[in-house]
Amino acid sequence: MRTFIIKQLIQAVGVCLVISMISFFLLFLNTDPALLLLPPEAEVQDIAKFKKQMGLDRPVVVQYADFLRKVVLHGDFGNSFLAKVPAAKLVRERLPATIELALAALILVNLVALPVGIISAIRRYSLLDNVATFTALLGQAMPLYWFGIMLIIIFGVWLRWFPISGSDTWAHLVLPAITLASWILPINMRLVRSGMLDVLNQDYIRTARAKGLMERKVLIKHAFKNAAIPVVTITGMQLGALLGGAVVTETVFAWPGLGRLAVDSIRMGDYPVVQAIVVVFALFVVIGNLAADILAALIDPRIRLE
Amino acid sequence: MTEIQTAYSEMQEAAPSMLSLVLRKMWHLRMGVIGAILIFCLIIVALFCPYLAPHDPYKQDITKRLWKPAFMAGGKAEHLLGTDHLGRDLLTRILYGTRISLVVGISAVLLMLAVGVSLGLIAGFFGGKADTVISFLVNCMMGFPFILLAMSLVAVMGASLQNIIIALGCTGWPVFTRVTRIETMKLREREFVLAARSLAFSNRRILARHILPNLLPAIIVLATVEVARAIIRESLLSFLGLGIQPPIPSWGVMLAEGRDYMLLQWWLAAFPGMAIFLAALGINLLGDALRDLVDPYLRKT
Repeated sequence: MRTFIIKQLIQAVGVCLVISMISFFLLFLNTDPALLLLPPEAEVQDIAKFKKQMGLDRPVVVQYADFLRKVVLHGDFGNSFLAKVPAAKLVRERLPATIELALAALILVNLVALPVGIISAIRRYSLLDNVATFTALLGQAMPLYWFGIMLIIIFGVWLRWFPISGSDTWAHLVLPAITLASWILPINMRLVRSGMLDVLNQDYIRTARAKGLMERKVLIKHAFKNAAIPVVTITGMQLGALLGGAVVTETVFAWPGLGRLAVDSIRMGDYPVVQAIVVVFALFVVIGNLAADILAALIDPRIRLE
Repeated sequence: MTEIQTAYSEMQEAAPSMLSLVLRKMWHLRMGVIGAILIFCLIIVALFCPYLAPHDPYKQDITKRLWKPAFMAGGKAEHLLGTDHLGRDLLTRILYGTRISLVVGISAVLLMLAVGVSLGLIAGFFGGKADTVISFLVNCMMGFPFILLAMSLVAVMGASLQNIIIALGCTGWPVFTRVTRIETMKLREREFVLAARSLAFSNRRILARHILPNLLPAIIVLATVEVARAIIRESLLSFLGLGIQPPIPSWGVMLAEGRDYMLLQWWLAAFPGMAIFLAALGINLLGDALRDLVDPYLRKT
């Protein structure tokens, strides 16, 4: 188990490194901070002096190493070009709203996907299964931002049940959470169903049935427990998709989270903030995957041995 | 009833009847046909939209601003789906949007195929260090929220049709690598590949003649579904202002413009989204039907 965790950790650190590299070079390719930060009438010597002061005249690799050192040791991504405050501070302020939204969506997704997926697997090709499959098919073709806008039009504008933008009260959370949940629900439902079907086809289920156990007992004691493994893995893997969906959902609903900050910063060319957000997102995804892998290995000894 | 009998009857219930299986099969086939029809319409519209569209997609007329669709009270038959904030015909712009979506979707997937399948073949066939490096790369790409990377790429390269295709292609290839790699690894150990090896065929010949043809069904199915995803993603980038730029009639651009008027003119956002939805649905339906045809294993689940 220990070697398994160590292996996974090394891989996770590697992924983080590469992602930080990509985000650094994106900035490096894109902008000359000297041109952005200095007034347009700056003389050539002034620009050279500024570059020297900021360390921008050093080789790229050295600059990257410096960037990495600051990020790892101090969590320092530099100052936002626009807001003139540390990018890390901006990210810290916006992070809770995104976590709130993502958690609400995740809870919603599991509340629907778990029962529907499991029942669809047990009663395969029943009415519920067919309806669920069809809904998932429709859901996968639906652009989530359009779904969000339609929710706003129907429940916000026509029926006036929920507020349509901002994040002040619980009611504000309802429409964004449903929108974000709809993004990953179809895949989740399908995965839970096929995971449960896999378990139901196993020999030990047949054995349990053969020895005359009540079907209820077979399902609860033998099937559910084992079907929990794919569910854990799915939830971990979905973090990336969830954050990606949050970017869009937050833009549609003017939700003051990281996603909207990302869109605004990319549009404005505020790259220190973009880098900070990319790294934070990547950390979440990597930690999510890592946690899922380790949890799955804890529950299921077979995974460790692979 | 004894416990055994209960369990037995419950098992009977759980097993699908022959009839429901047949129904399901027909249902799938019918869905595939619907998908094919939708895609056919899409292609026809894309090819012939100058003849089909009632107006010019760029022609503005401030006197005809925000007209209602013909089916609503106050709408006029001249503009079936109404007009947008600059007086342009909504239906015409949606029809023209088909072109952008199809071009971007198909080109992006071709790019993903070129990169993803080659890397997957290399990783799966040669294994070892190449496999380690490529699998690691795939893991990295999967750890990156697609949208942030694609948006940054477009911002860096500039928003043009070509750059959006590149950005989508650059972010979408890992799926193809994963599938190609695993399938190649399975095929590598099969008898016909071993036979080809024992005949001292070159690696290139084995890959091109013995492995790739066997991968094609799986890749075609995946590519079909990925076209739908690429179309949705293009519209998404355009919606966020980091894709196709106005006044070009892309569905995402139209949705972004319509969003500003959603309080009163709901149709401006509703119809372009419907177009995306129908296009993606058609492609997904066909993809599902194709999967059913080529993969008897998946048919079971």
